[in-house]
Amino acid sequence: MTMQSESRDPLLSVRDLRTWFHTFSGVVKAVNDVSFDLAQGEIMGLVGESGGGKSVVGFSILGLIDPPGRIEGGQILLDGEDLAKAPEDRLRKIRGREIAMIFQDPMTSLNPVHTIGRQMDEMLRLHTDMDEAARRRRCIEMLESVGISQAEDRLRAYPHQFSGGMRQRVVIAIAMLAHPRLIIADEPTTALDVTIQSQILKLMKRQVADHGASMILVTHDLAVVSEVVDKITVLYCGQVVERGDVRDVISAPSHPYTRGLIDSIPNPDHRQPRLSQIPGTVPDIRNLPKGCNFRDRCPRAQALCAQEEPKLAPTRQSLFAACHFPIGTGGDA
Amino acid sequence: MFAYTVKRLIQMVVVLWAVSVIVFLMMSFTGDPVFMVIPIDSSDAEIEQARRILGLDRSLTEQYFIFLGNLLQGDFGTSYVFRQPAIDLILERLPATMEIVVVAMVIATTIAIPLGVYAGANPGKPLSRLIMSGSLLGISLPGFWVGMMLIYFFAVEWRIFPSSGRGDTVEVFGVPTSLLTADGWSHVLLPAITLSVGTLAILLRITRAGMMEVSRQDYMKFARAKGVSRRGVLYGHGLRNGLIPVVTIFGLQLGDLIAFATITETIFGWPGMGKLLVDSIYRADRPVIVVYLMLVALIFVVINFLIDILYTMIDPRITVK
Ligand SMILES: Nc1ncnc2c1ncn2[C@@H]1O[C@H](COP(=O)(O)OP(=O)(O)O)[C@@H](O)[C@H]1O
Ligand code: SF4
Ligand SMILES: [Mg+2]
Repeated sequence: MTMQSESRDPLLSVRDLRTWFHTFSGVVKAVNDVSFDLAQGEIMGLVGESGGGKSVVGFSILGLIDPPGRIEGGQILLDGEDLAKAPEDRLRKIRGREIAMIFQDPMTSLNPVHTIGRQMDEMLRLHTDMDEAARRRRCIEMLESVGISQAEDRLRAYPHQFSGGMRQRVVIAIAMLAHPRLIIADEPTTALDVTIQSQILKLMKRQVADHGASMILVTHDLAVVSEVVDKITVLYCGQVVERGDVRDVISAPSHPYTRGLIDSIPNPDHRQPRLSQIPGTVPDIRNLPKGCNFRDRCPRAQALCAQEEPKLAPTRQSLFAACHFPIGTGGDA
Repeated sequence: MFAYTVKRLIQMVVVLWAVSVIVFLMMSFTGDPVFMVIPIDSSDAEIEQARRILGLDRSLTEQYFIFLGNLLQGDFGTSYVFRQPAIDLILERLPATMEIVVVAMVIATTIAIPLGVYAGANPGKPLSRLIMSGSLLGISLPGFWVGMMLIYFFAVEWRIFPSSGRGDTVEVFGVPTSLLTADGWSHVLLPAITLSVGTLAILLRITRAGMMEVSRQDYMKFARAKGVSRRGVLYGHGLRNGLIPVVTIFGLQLGDLIAFATITETIFGWPGMGKLLVDSIYRADRPVIVVYLMLVALIFVVINFLIDILYTMIDPRITVK
């Protein structure tokens, strides 16, 4: 491998992951042959439009795919241990302890009938042998470190007594409690006010750095990731269409889909909400066209694109793209 | 909390008063009880005298205010048949009724909740389908039929349990109970099971519906992502969130069983309030019926109050006002 980030020993290595849902109306290949590596301390953005399979990747890593879904194949190697084949009781020890997850909507990810303290304490009870006083101290420290004042009193409060931004801070605190090595944050700021979004992102980045953890930041918003992540993996219809270091991807992507995503980032200097939007809609994942899945929406499509499925291959710098005619490689007319 | 309690107390008084009016009016349209209390061959003069003694010769309004006045003084009327205070007759039989009702509710709840949680968490599994079909059967079978079947098999065919009566009782703080003797239990079980069937089925279905709703919530998945076991998530995080409707139905069913254990008590010759009610209706023993219905209203109001308190204990977002 030529990429610098892949020469380090990866903490997480996802290989040819396939997670399919066997629904009444057909097989939904939500994740189909997805591979990526994540080194210790690295932050990866997992981006793509809604329905691209980002959340399913996250839940697959945690072994939280419920029927009718199933991991059909591939490997999820955490320090060399294949989680795709790990039994439930082993996965239970990994969840929260080695890999923690942060959900999209902080209004619904905390249990409304339990106090914040109880929900934090549960994490430590499950994964440490600390005594009650020590657990309590750790919870208070953790709340303080995510910027919640009067932490001691807050332990007795219920989720509905907090604002959305505060709740997401609590969720982050819970996720960091057992010092996991990997955080999977599934659109952690999407449900929050714009003004709070960047605060929360900065907080997450700092927390991850402080604990020397790695993070997969799932988002459909490329603007969000570019400030935070080291590298980007772009998913479309359950497949990786492009990946590479963040600078290369943002400044000069080689896949037309990534280009479209970047062009639709709202420009903060203008009132206008969107510069452009990728035309068309995501195809029905149960019924994908032959050839390239992006063909119907792609401005660069040619005859070959309808016949042959493009494979992920190196293009420029750190970039890999699944495209017959990647941008900036001579194919430009 | 104090304001709430006062409000509920006032509400209770209003409900009881309304019930007293309705019951009194209904009773006065249902035949002349005087013929139930005098010998068939009484003379007209004797009938008139009995009327006067019972206060039946006055106008309806007068009768009501006398009745209300007596109520306020703690005099709930005297049974025409037993010539004893009606309230004493009822309270004497209350413990027997409470006994089978409590046992029935315990049976119903301890079976309904785990089965409901299972069926809600595993929809579509064969065992869940079986549970749901069973619960449908439980709802549709009439109680008297269940009671008769139980008697047929357990009392007549297999001779495991007696078919009727209350059995040995022991006094605890002056209240007789059969729950402390083996003979008592052998008498309690069949009527209690009979009473429990419908409630079990309803509670099960409500629990399942609640769990299905709750299972979709993010906090369930978040709990699993923390490493909580599947069982821990269901019972530790899910159940309490799905419990509000279960508790509501539990309260209604509890009141219903206390008030209307009538049929079951009759089938099993159980000496409870329900049997007294049937006998009193049969004999047009008006004071007993009136007190009975007022007591039932009181029980419902009290249960409702307790359920409201329970809501606030289950869900911190609910406050009493
Ligand atoms: N439980 C499920 N049953 C059937 N299909 C599912 C289920 N969960 C996800 N999917 C499908 O998998 C695809 C990817 O979903 P998801 O990972 O949630 O997308 P994203 O997070 O990128 O928006 C979608 O087409 C979605 O409909
Ligand atoms: S393979 Fe063809 S259709 Fe697909 S993205 Fe590349 S140019 Fe567009
Ligand atoms: Mg998603």
